Amino acid sequence: MTIQFNDETFRDDYTFRNSQWAIDRFPFPFHEDSYMYSVNMEQHQGGPAGSIFEKRFDVDEHYVSEMRDRALVLAEDPLRCQSLPHMTLAGWDLLELIMVSKSEDYPDLFELHRDGDRWHWINRPLGIDQKFTFMDEATLPYGPMEYITRQTQGDFAVLDQRDENLWMDAGIVTTQADWSLDFDIGMNFFEWHAPVPLAAEMGIFKRALKFLMNIQQGAPARRLNWTMTVNPRLDTSPENYHKWGPQKMTLTPENIGRKQHLRVELQTFFRLPRSNGLVFPIRCYLIALEDLVTVPKWGRRLHRVIRDLPEELAEYKGFTANRAMIVDYLSKFDDGLPTSDGIWPDKDTEPPLQV
Amino acid sequence: MSAGTNKIDVTVTDIVPLNDLVTRFKFERSDGELLPTFSGGAHTVVEMKDGEVSRLNPYSLMSDPNDRTAYTISVRRDEEGRGGSLFMHRNVKVGDRMTISYPVNLFALDLRAKKHLMIAGGIGITPFLSQIRQLDYANGHFELHYACRNRALGSYVDYLTSAHPNDVHIYFDEMKQAIDLENLLDGQPLGTHIYVCGPAGMINWVRDTAEKLGWPREAVHFEEFLAPQSGKPFQVELAASNKTIEVGEHQSLLEAIEAAGVDAPYLCRGGACGQCETNVVDYDGEILHRDHWLEDDEKQSGKKIMPCVSRFEGKILVLDR
Amino acid sequence: MSTFEFPPSITSRPVWGKLEPRAGKSHLMIADAEGAEALLKLAQADGSLMTKAHIMYFPGETGDTYIGKLEELAPAQLYIGPSYEAAVPRLRRTLAGAHMGLQVYLTGTESLMGQAMREATDAGIPHTAIQTEHRGSVARRMQCVHCKGITENVMTDPFVCSHCGLNLFVRDHYSRRHAAFQGVCVDAEDPGNVPPPVELYS
Repeated sequence: MTIQFNDETFRDDYTFRNSQWAIDRFPFPFHEDSYMYSVNMEQHQGGPAGSIFEKRFDVDEHYVSEMRDRALVLAEDPLRCQSLPHMTLAGWDLLELIMVSKSEDYPDLFELHRDGDRWHWINRPLGIDQKFTFMDEATLPYGPMEYITRQTQGDFAVLDQRDENLWMDAGIVTTQADWSLDFDIGMNFFEWHAPVPLAAEMGIFKRALKFLMNIQQGAPARRLNWTMTVNPRLDTSPENYHKWGPQKMTLTPENIGRKQHLRVELQTFFRLPRSNGLVFPIRCYLIALEDLVTVPKWGRRLHRVIRDLPEELAEYKGFTANRAMIVDYLSKFDDGLPTSDGIWPDKDTEPPLQV
Repeated sequence: MSAGTNKIDVTVTDIVPLNDLVTRFKFERSDGELLPTFSGGAHTVVEMKDGEVSRLNPYSLMSDPNDRTAYTISVRRDEEGRGGSLFMHRNVKVGDRMTISYPVNLFALDLRAKKHLMIAGGIGITPFLSQIRQLDYANGHFELHYACRNRALGSYVDYLTSAHPNDVHIYFDEMKQAIDLENLLDGQPLGTHIYVCGPAGMINWVRDTAEKLGWPREAVHFEEFLAPQSGKPFQVELAASNKTIEVGEHQSLLEAIEAAGVDAPYLCRGGACGQCETNVVDYDGEILHRDHWLEDDEKQSGKKIMPCVSRFEGKILVLDR
Repeated sequence: MSTFEFPPSITSRPVWGKLEPRAGKSHLMIADAEGAEALLKLAQADGSLMTKAHIMYFPGETGDTYIGKLEELAPAQLYIGPSYEAAVPRLRRTLAGAHMGLQVYLTGTESLMGQAMREATDAGIPHTAIQTEHRGSVARRMQCVHCKGITENVMTDPFVCSHCGLNLFVRDHYSRRHAAFQGVCVDAEDPGNVPPPVELYS
């Protein structure tokens, strides 16, 4: 299908909306009626047609507007995109991975023509036509990582692998769930995850690190993570916390369905061949609660998950203050019927809400 | 997750004997497509179908990492070994189809290094050939010290000394030339990283000397693929798959598990990467640990084994596999 | 004694050690204020280190207390400076001329150790190979995550950013690159609702 790109904002007047297409393919992150932090990793080798898992780098109706929002964030704060000096090769790896993937997966939107190291990249949605020399930074307007990630949805952490650990030594982060690249850059896997509660004791990070360090070329992996955000704001950075934080206090029982969003991250992991690094794209999907509950299974399940979540996790995910109001709203969409296993909406088989 | 890595079907397109011991093999993709790029120091696992026996041996990729048309490896003939290298030397012909793994790197350059100090012994030269190519592209600062028996057996000596006359230093054992290691390590600028690949004795010598001179552990990198050693045949119970298997004299435990149709993870098949670590459910006898992966206390505990290189002697061995 | 037992914390928070003699052809020792005590102890453990040692010392408020004793150690080089900041060019010059095998010992406040460690790691020494020992003040060097400004000598939580004036709470999340802990706006969600400051570790 040809994607109709929305003209929308993720700040100020918040005109972001999901079409019915986007709602139906939303990556609902809960495969059962409860949630506990886990690694829940699987291979990233496609998925059902039309789902967000199908392509290596999903492009959807929000693409053009998200890239506009990223440019605004970077103009305001260039520290959101940084690469330590030894990570340039990994940046070229990433550029190659994305250009090759997108041109193969979306030939109507992106084209890549290669003649040795003379490359020609065409990005139709953003109106870009760039001829450059692969591995020659002087032929691009930005460094390779910044150049390609200004054209790709999601945040990117580019990791160096050494000394039996992964090191966050480069990245672009403008749609983050409250963590600072500028602060965390240079940290190892355990250090940048240090603020996550509970998981450290559970040994989860040791197992996750072992898994990630063994990800091989041609065998990417993925998982989903989630949090809650008031208003469809992409840039929920700690840098701007004092600017978006007060919006958390604007929820009312009347506006909560429209303003409170479930924020889901599709995290993928690819080995980078030339540098032996690892790239960790973190793609953010937002959905208003009032849209989410149009899928009866999701409405029932989200109510149960939020209601039963351990307090530490609600605190970490930053919605303790609004939790009661969220649970109250969602309870209207939970009739107590059982739900089917798995994350899919199952609209044809799950019963409508019983009132 | 399934074992190991993705596979590539390749055709042998060139075989070049370099000297009495070492032969170079060139692989191109059988479907005519391009091979994946890789990073200097990476290896591939080559699958050999030797009649009923299937062997998987790791070999360092020595070609230019940016050349996607072909991979090359160099294989040293090992008369004492279990036959993998002999198979490559005697049986493999130009035009043969083989299966190799995607590149895996357990010996990557530390790209933060201000200088790369490489120390090679014998066939241990191969990973440095691709690392040096990688550094060439980035104007990386390196120095190679390469010890081999004599000029005739010094694979790639001529190529290296002509391509990098100022950065390559050759030592011939038979001419009583030896690396003056203490002097070499003394005076290296801050930010220098050492890489050593060669026989176990050389690796230990470099690591011990560096430690004695106050070098940080993180600045000393080494790669030693242990070839699985032959040994007495033994029997193993695989508890999870409810099978009893025999491990032959010239077969590794991992190969025997695979031959029984049981999926077992691996990456290096040389006791280094940790991927094939397997829990021991029960045993009565002696586990012959030969890997670099398990800590000493883990080896003594009798609860873990690395089936790619380690063996067993005794009555009963039960594995969680 | 000037030692302090830091409470257990998250994995990004540095854990300071105890200095001990290590093999090496040269030894760089950097200390401020009560950090001198740790160097005196180190010299007791192995006096021969001092013949190959370069000590950089910033006495700060301890004045002359330790200077005589450090001189008695007779290190190969002894530099007494008015502040760490003033000594940064000297430190960089020292590291630029140093060789692998150099042993680095840092002792004193977290601010000093963090900043000197950053110089040493930038010069190519892995941070895990650098020895540390905390002595003296427990004041923290804080980075404001909002304006990126550094506030030195923070003793209370919350505190006021010396650059942008926001009220920040003190996190244990620590960046070696900034040599600082993270300060985050304490009243972001409810502006003006700032809890009264409490002395750190009280």
